[in-house]
Amino acid sequence: MKHSFEDHTATIPAVQEIPATPSAPRRMTLNMGPQHPSTHGVLRIVLELEGETIISAAPDIGFLHTGIEKEFEQKTWQQGVTLTDRVDYLANLSNNLVYSLSVEKLLQIEIPARAQWTRVMMAELSRLNSHLVWLGTHALDIGAMTMFFYCFREREDILRIFEMFSGQRMMTSYIRIGGLALEPPRGWQQVVGKFIKAFPSKVDEYEELLNANPIWMQRTQGVGFISLEDMLDLGVTGPMLRGAGLNWDIRKSEPYSSYEKFDFRVPVETGNDVWSRYRVRLQEMRESAKIITQALEGMPDGPWQADAPHVVLPDREKMKTQMEALIYHFKIVTEGFRVPAGEAYQCVEAPRGEIGYYIVSDGTSKPYRVHMRTPSFGNLQGLPKMLENTMIADSIAALGSMDFVLGDTDR
Amino acid sequence: MNHPAILETSQAFGESTSYADPERIVDLCRYLKDTEKFIRLSGITAVDLHPSEPRFEVVYHLHSLERNQRIRLKCRLSGVASPDIPEIDSVTSVWRSANWYEREVFDMFGIGFRNHPNLVRILMPTDWEGYPLRKDYPVHGYKYSYPSE
Repeated sequence: MKHSFEDHTATIPAVQEIPATPSAPRRMTLNMGPQHPSTHGVLRIVLELEGETIISAAPDIGFLHTGIEKEFEQKTWQQGVTLTDRVDYLANLSNNLVYSLSVEKLLQIEIPARAQWTRVMMAELSRLNSHLVWLGTHALDIGAMTMFFYCFREREDILRIFEMFSGQRMMTSYIRIGGLALEPPRGWQQVVGKFIKAFPSKVDEYEELLNANPIWMQRTQGVGFISLEDMLDLGVTGPMLRGAGLNWDIRKSEPYSSYEKFDFRVPVETGNDVWSRYRVRLQEMRESAKIITQALEGMPDGPWQADAPHVVLPDREKMKTQMEALIYHFKIVTEGFRVPAGEAYQCVEAPRGEIGYYIVSDGTSKPYRVHMRTPSFGNLQGLPKMLENTMIADSIAALGSMDFVLGDTDR
Repeated sequence: MNHPAILETSQAFGESTSYADPERIVDLCRYLKDTEKFIRLSGITAVDLHPSEPRFEVVYHLHSLERNQRIRLKCRLSGVASPDIPEIDSVTSVWRSANWYEREVFDMFGIGFRNHPNLVRILMPTDWEGYPLRKDYPVHGYKYSYPSE
């Protein structure tokens, strides 16, 4: 099979679902994106309009496809963690977590309580981070500029916490197979404690700005309706479903990483519009703050890595005194650890919905296959249904309420 | 769960995996959705077992909210299908979410889905040649291969 470079620099072909010429004389086809500020990434939507009403919408994705699933097959199991950061770059720790959990399932290793609690805390901080970016940009799209600055102010604090723990602000790779990348740094309790103590009052601030804001209410209430049955059938997950009255959260229904030990509520709204999704996410931020507070106060002592010398790198001191530690170190660094042959599916509740990793091992030190079931990909399938017969101006609010990340969609 | 299309079932790590007859996958899925209440299709993917035969496994992850249960269905497909790519029936008539999932599998593995409403590439450009996630597809693609290699 031959390929010339010119083939791929040609213009993007039109989406085949919609003909290039409108189907009826009074209709117009409008290209939204791929470079449109409110699509939050590189998404192209072909809209067919009649006046200002959207008759049909066809999303065209794949602009950010980087072949991550293929790349997984070239890397060792542990190196794969760095790829998971880059899938959904706003919820990187949720991706680290689900990948680690799925591989640990095959390895059948026990993760100590302290590592599990730290994982929960980091995943919840990541949820706050993601919801803050969502709220800031979503409000900015609808015209509330102040929100953007408020949200990014708090997001900066979270990124500083990430940097303190892992050395990285965004591509943290902090949750590793077998535990954590590093021991939680000295003094983290003060930093996280200070942030989480102030955070609920910050959410109050957001609510004060938006809840009684007539422009915000008019732009969000009754906008972006899609029925619960349609959403379930189309693969939509996460806060979208909870905004339509379905009480389903994977943290509660299939608890992982000791979530069952935390006391939190699953916020549910029944409006099924942009407003309800906004209410759900804001309450989720408060619940996440509760979880982080519990993790902070009840953080168990003990090791932060599993007792699995064939997976976890040994302590430097041990390497100098123990032969076995040196051998394990050599094996892990040069070859990578081997994972028993088998397959596993693990899902977690990410800020956007269900992330599921399906991994297949053939018993070697590299994954045979890693499939990511990402929430944005599933959610975006509901978009055409949601935009059908709505006004074009409302599409911006509806798009924002879905909270997709295109890196997550295209992988 | 008893259905004639289920060939064998196994349990591992608390997950149930069933091999199904690819010819009767639509019947089986309709039964699972309507009778067994697996109202969500969590995802469809495939595994390329090149060079062994049957080469492909199409993997369906089903989820029932009512029973809080997940199951995995797998169909074996031969890689030496005629005329060009192996084919299986589309389950879009059962779950509409299968639409994009199947397009992704088609795009990445070159597995055709009969009766799919719009089987075109979804992530790669529509004029792309080859199926990137097949094991015999080079990591750097065909584009950057140099004569000296």
